[in-house]
Amino acid sequence: MENVTILAIESSCDETAAAVVRNGRDVLSNVIYSQIDLHTVYGGVVPEIASRKHIEKVTQVVDKALSDASLTLKEIDAIAVTYGPGLVGALLVGVSFAKSLSFATGIPLIGVHHIEGHICANYIENKELKPPFMALVVSGGHTHLVKVADYGEYEILGRTRDDAAGEAFDKVARAIGLGYPGGPKVDKVSKEGNPDAIVFPKAKVNDSVYDFSFSGLKSAVLNYLNQAQMKDETINVADVAASFQKAVVDVLVEHTIQAAGEYGFKEIALAGGVASNSSLRSAMEEACKKRGLTLYRPSPIFCTDNAAMIGVAGYYEYIKGNRSDFHLNAVPSLKLGER
Amino acid sequence: MKILAIDSSGLVATVAVLEDDELIAEYTVNYKKTHSETLLPMLDEIKSMINLDLSEIDAIAVTKGPGSFTGLRIGSATVKGLAYALNVPIISVPTVDALSMNLWGSDKLIVPVMDARREQVYTGIYEFAGGEHTCILEQDALSVEDLCKKINDLSREVILLGDAVPVYKDKFDELIKVPHSYAPANMNRQKASSLGVLAFEYFRKGLTESAFDHKPEYLRLSQAERERMERQ
Repeated sequence: MENVTILAIESSCDETAAAVVRNGRDVLSNVIYSQIDLHTVYGGVVPEIASRKHIEKVTQVVDKALSDASLTLKEIDAIAVTYGPGLVGALLVGVSFAKSLSFATGIPLIGVHHIEGHICANYIENKELKPPFMALVVSGGHTHLVKVADYGEYEILGRTRDDAAGEAFDKVARAIGLGYPGGPKVDKVSKEGNPDAIVFPKAKVNDSVYDFSFSGLKSAVLNYLNQAQMKDETINVADVAASFQKAVVDVLVEHTIQAAGEYGFKEIALAGGVASNSSLRSAMEEACKKRGLTLYRPSPIFCTDNAAMIGVAGYYEYIKGNRSDFHLNAVPSLKLGER
Repeated sequence: MKILAIDSSGLVATVAVLEDDELIAEYTVNYKKTHSETLLPMLDEIKSMINLDLSEIDAIAVTKGPGSFTGLRIGSATVKGLAYALNVPIISVPTVDALSMNLWGSDKLIVPVMDARREQVYTGIYEFAGGEHTCILEQDALSVEDLCKKINDLSREVILLGDAVPVYKDKFDELIKVPHSYAPANMNRQKASSLGVLAFEYFRKGLTESAFDHKPEYLRLSQAERERMERQ
């Protein structure tokens, strides 16, 4: 088969990103404009501000992705774009831009699922990785335990019933005064703390084996802080952070390992922004080692929201013959495996 | 010279192709589908209907705002993609200016009104003095009361148009003390042809932007920014 070169665009949250990917595995360029500084003062992503910034940056980011790859639009075989899930106003910028690029050039358009992109990020640096395998996707907006049956074929075994794991990190970080974004900050301060100092409840759901629930855990942390305040006790921020993080990581690892055992998978892939969390990485590594499982995880640059992963997912859609037409719309709550 | 004009600033999606003094095609839809679903299929339809060769387009026109934030961004992202791919400039025209062109040649003062929510309208006041399209009050977000006061102060007959007319008609009838009327259905909403005609003037004056520079003008901060400023 001849080379397939995909231009990918991602704007589902607060990163404006574009990339060029060849044959689903080789990243020729990967441009990310992060807006995080704009949102920090608000303690979280403000959708309207994110959307406004996307529109200012989209052309620059796409142009840089092409020039970094030393390519022009004429050499692109398909345009892949994230069309969900995510913030609708943010998604619409990437989707509208990709559609008009496709219309003006005649290059085929492929709508890509954001979570599918995160899972596919693992293919970039692990050329030997092929489905089937078990994937754990954890980010600010998503917590999914996914059976990857084949390229583009997914079965969700577990998902969060309330807050996403990353969301819980943000909320707890705010409560203990670490600020936004919570994930990296909790991770950092936890290194100074004792993860067994405080026993927080595990983020489990009674009636489902693989689902997660993080709002109870978050409330337990807030209660702990309130009680300490009422008793006029000073809290050890590092201990609270480390104990909270352990409660999150324990349940993520436990569910993933159990599912891999039940379905007979030997390979596990981590994905999403929280896959950069050092405690999750080391706990998962240890658990996999113990059971002879192989763990894959993308480098941090491919864990955060990026367009290279969308280009990878877009490639596998492309070779299956899947194309989107000009009716493609942003779908904020798009389900994995739906088209 | 050929211009492709696109407006999705309000509920209407409208697309036109103009060549010098002629309108070649115009497609306007005022229906409850999102612009993301309508705009590109409409462009595609126009393209095939008039066998449009996109490489013959000299510039892409768009209403820069105000309007629905999401609608403006769909229009903006669409024209940026087109202008980038076709390597042509963007001409962005204030939405209210473009609306006023619907009533070209009127001897009355022209007052476009767009529903801006929060008891406000995006509006401006225009006239045709000696055949020239002239702006008397630049586009702004005003309360209906403030607008009516400005209209009364001018003591001239006015004609209103735009999607805020059905929303505030009773209030206009009550508060406007000068003779006033409302534009009929064939000219009371955004028309890409009106935008396109103005775009030719802008082009002649060299008022163009690139696919990199262009962004909408919202005339309003986001709610989060507004609330944050109020707290400070």
